[in-house]
Amino acid sequence: MSEREPPYLYPDYVGTRLRAPAQPLVNLPDGFHDFPAPLFPRTIAQVDHDLTRQHAGEPIGERIIVTGRVLDSDGRPLRKTVVEVWQANAAGRYLDQDDQHPAPLDPNFTGAGRCLTDNDGHYRFITIKPGAYPWKNHRNAWRPAHIHFSLFGSEFRSRLVTQMYFPGDPLMPRDPILQSIPDQAGRDRLVSRFDPETTVPEWALAYRWDIVLRGRAATPFENEP
Amino acid sequence: MSGPLTPSQTVGPFFGVGLPFERGEQLAPPESAGAMRIEGQVLDGKGEPVPDALLEIWQPATGFGRARTDSEGAFSFTTVKPGPVSAPGGRMQAPHFNVTVFARGLLRHLVTRMYFPDETQANAADPVLNLVEPARRETLIAKQCGGVLHFDVRLQGEQETVFFAI
Ligand SMILES: [Fe+2]
Repeated sequence: MSEREPPYLYPDYVGTRLRAPAQPLVNLPDGFHDFPAPLFPRTIAQVDHDLTRQHAGEPIGERIIVTGRVLDSDGRPLRKTVVEVWQANAAGRYLDQDDQHPAPLDPNFTGAGRCLTDNDGHYRFITIKPGAYPWKNHRNAWRPAHIHFSLFGSEFRSRLVTQMYFPGDPLMPRDPILQSIPDQAGRDRLVSRFDPETTVPEWALAYRWDIVLRGRAATPFENEP
Repeated sequence: MSGPLTPSQTVGPFFGVGLPFERGEQLAPPESAGAMRIEGQVLDGKGEPVPDALLEIWQPATGFGRARTDSEGAFSFTTVKPGPVSAPGGRMQAPHFNVTVFARGLLRHLVTRMYFPDETQANAADPVLNLVEPARRETLIAKQCGGVLHFDVRLQGEQETVFFAI
């Protein structure tokens, strides 16, 4: 397989330098990590998929639909699986006391959502397009616009936390977090595509992004680091 | 034939708005029979606290818990002790939790295990502990400190926690 996960140590992303394990990971024989994924104990309400309807008013920004399918590596849809997302607001600011970016908070936007996939593995969120934001990794460092995703999949080994990006964002080639993925094909898998068919006229642009999780028949990656 | 897997990215520093949830750290109510408290700290390669980490513990028999670290890098869970777990091939594994670690600076999550200090015999026979070089096994075994189990996660360096490939 040409695709590769990012390494733990990627010095251009300064945060990895003191947090990447120095010792090799210990391999377990087959079968030790394929027990079922956790049953998610948090309730998921119907409204949780719509990040624009969690407050009295509507958030500022470009309303978008983000949708796609969650599949395992054999192409089987993952039904009724939990998808959690969080993101910055349209100005590039998170509702987080540690976010020091001098951009406005939006009283009508929390920036967190959850949903369950349907029987074909589809998820769907309504949100606003997140803004780029600066971070202190290097001089003039800006994160491309992105939405954070968290998924469980079917087995313990399917767990994935990742980020979805937007097509054509000029910040992507300069972002060490995205560039930590060694090959272009792998990086491209994190970029959504504009979806004119799902776009709702007079209402919201749509972006489509499919997610593939490790399933029963996936080939394990070689060990890193 | 495997499909193209979606690569991992860091959880970043601002997951607090999305992932932690109320009582996520309680796999059992603190007042319930047999409830025990697990406390620990996540530390980096200089021994500094990691204030932006998220831990998940999971054992099919006892459930799922999620807790973030605070400004001191500290986290806690309340749970009941899981029983022994069967291993592939029919052997038994000593009681343990699967522990998943996310943090800013971790481009992929880390997987480790927390074993119990009062299971000397079962730990000695555990097929996973036996794959770990003896000097590093103790990083996987919680320590009894008064009424609390203590389990630190050292991401790098001195006494680095053993992490498993997944
Ligand atoms: Fe972010």
